[in-house]
Amino acid sequence: MALSAENKRRLVTAALVGPAAVWLFTFLVLPFAAVVIFAFGERAPEGGYQAAFTFAQFANLGARSAAFVNTLTLAPLGALTCLLIAYPVAYYLAIKADPKYRMLLISLIVIPFWTSMLVRTYAWMYLLGARGIPHLFELVGIDDVRLLNTPGAVLLGIVYGYLPLMILPIYVSLEKLDRRLLDASAALGAKPISTFFGVTLPLSLPGVMTGLSLVTILLLGEYLIPQLLGGGKVFFIGNALVDLFLQSRNWPFGSAIAVTLVVVVVAVLLVAMRIAWRVSGTRQVDLI
Amino acid sequence: MRAFVFALYLFLYAPIALVVLFSFNSGRNASELVGFSAQWYGRALSNPFLMDALWTSLIVAFTSASLAAIFGTMAAMGLERLGPRTRAVFDGLLSAAIVVPGVVIGIATLVALVQLFGLLNPAIAAIWPGSDPPKFGLGYGSIIAAHGLFTMALVTMIVRARLASLGRDIVDASSDLYATPFTTFREIVLPQIFPSIAAGFLLAFTFSFDDFIIAFFVAGSKTTLPIYVFASIRRGITPEINAIATIVLVASLVLIVIARVLTREKKVKAGEMGATA
Repeated sequence: MALSAENKRRLVTAALVGPAAVWLFTFLVLPFAAVVIFAFGERAPEGGYQAAFTFAQFANLGARSAAFVNTLTLAPLGALTCLLIAYPVAYYLAIKADPKYRMLLISLIVIPFWTSMLVRTYAWMYLLGARGIPHLFELVGIDDVRLLNTPGAVLLGIVYGYLPLMILPIYVSLEKLDRRLLDASAALGAKPISTFFGVTLPLSLPGVMTGLSLVTILLLGEYLIPQLLGGGKVFFIGNALVDLFLQSRNWPFGSAIAVTLVVVVVAVLLVAMRIAWRVSGTRQVDLI
Repeated sequence: MRAFVFALYLFLYAPIALVVLFSFNSGRNASELVGFSAQWYGRALSNPFLMDALWTSLIVAFTSASLAAIFGTMAAMGLERLGPRTRAVFDGLLSAAIVVPGVVIGIATLVALVQLFGLLNPAIAAIWPGSDPPKFGLGYGSIIAAHGLFTMALVTMIVRARLASLGRDIVDASSDLYATPFTTFREIVLPQIFPSIAAGFLLAFTFSFDDFIIAFFVAGSKTTLPIYVFASIRRGITPEINAIATIVLVASLVLIVIARVLTREKKVKAGEMGATA
């Protein structure tokens, strides 16, 4: 029996989307459903999971409050610090820099982001560790400088790791900005500073929002930076999750934390999208 | 302002440059260069555990990036043929695959697969005729599955942006000239989107090759290169790690520069910015 044109079209569409759909369902939807089910279960005596329906795991979230507090303060703080450094750089690259070199300069910002986060964090661990910068201090007679395993080291690692991701969206929104608006503002007698606050900054807000939300969301799930630069003293939700799943094997409690983390991520995303819509149409970001 | 920007580039590149520099240092300290030596590379390359981890990482990255490039491209082409409601669900899942933190993806895959194997393995053992039934466990398959999730979504987004900038008229023109849909795809669409697919593949490869946190949960008894590096760092920093770090760095650097050249070519042609999450 010959297929009708409409059925044939449907079949081709299903064949095209099918593998991706199966993958998303099997390795995203199902596993996440399993985590949600686990979150309402109990820890088995030997570790792992025991079927139950209880809110005990969520009620117990306070036991890991330090991880939540650290994450929920250092993630936004890190994102804001990135913003303060990123904005002038993005502004320079989009408005001031010679267009001839613009592509090269922006490439040089993007490239580190796509190289190993582990190696880049390790670089700071190496520099801040006892044989690195503190050793230089010792040579000039200042002993006992401790840089590694402090909140400051974690913040430094965060800024180092995520700066490119903040610069890029701001650069994109500034680059799209119509230069004639700046000329018009100047021609109408506005001082550069009022042109900036009256024209440039408002028009770049979508980029700022994208950068802030991207960096905050990624930081909420961060593990490596607090692990390597915070040395177990400054730990994030990600570190608590590794501990609960791989060391103490309290899977139901870990699942409850994971579910909470996803809820926080989604909440941040929704708020950011809300604000982004308000400041103007949504913008997409170029990550590569 | 110029000075500030210059300082920023210094800030971005100096730490990794120092790691590279000290990987050639014959001394052990991070604060004093003693002399030039390639001994740490010699040690790294003759370390069988390291070579094993490197091999595992290459297999995982190549397989997951290939699957992501194929299925992601197919999905990108199929998505525009879907009804608006199905497409919205699909879009939601794709963004979720990108936005959900890696640590959660790792946990979810671990939890689900351990449950699944717990059910599957006894069942297979019960019906297996021989004495040595196959046993499923975490390993290559689970890392590839979890990496493929993010990278497939990434490829879909990149290729889709390129398809959107293609426009329908060129495809319509081809079919008006009696080309079959497959010929149109092979002769018209594929050459146009190929740089995006290649860039997507390379980014997927880089992501998988560099990923630590997802593999940490689902690798089972396998050791990928980042897991090996992480474990060695915890045992104590040695100059050998600088050499390994440099090798990792150079590998991802080469891939990323190629990916960037490929997408830049596309941008110049299309006259617009490609859109990725």
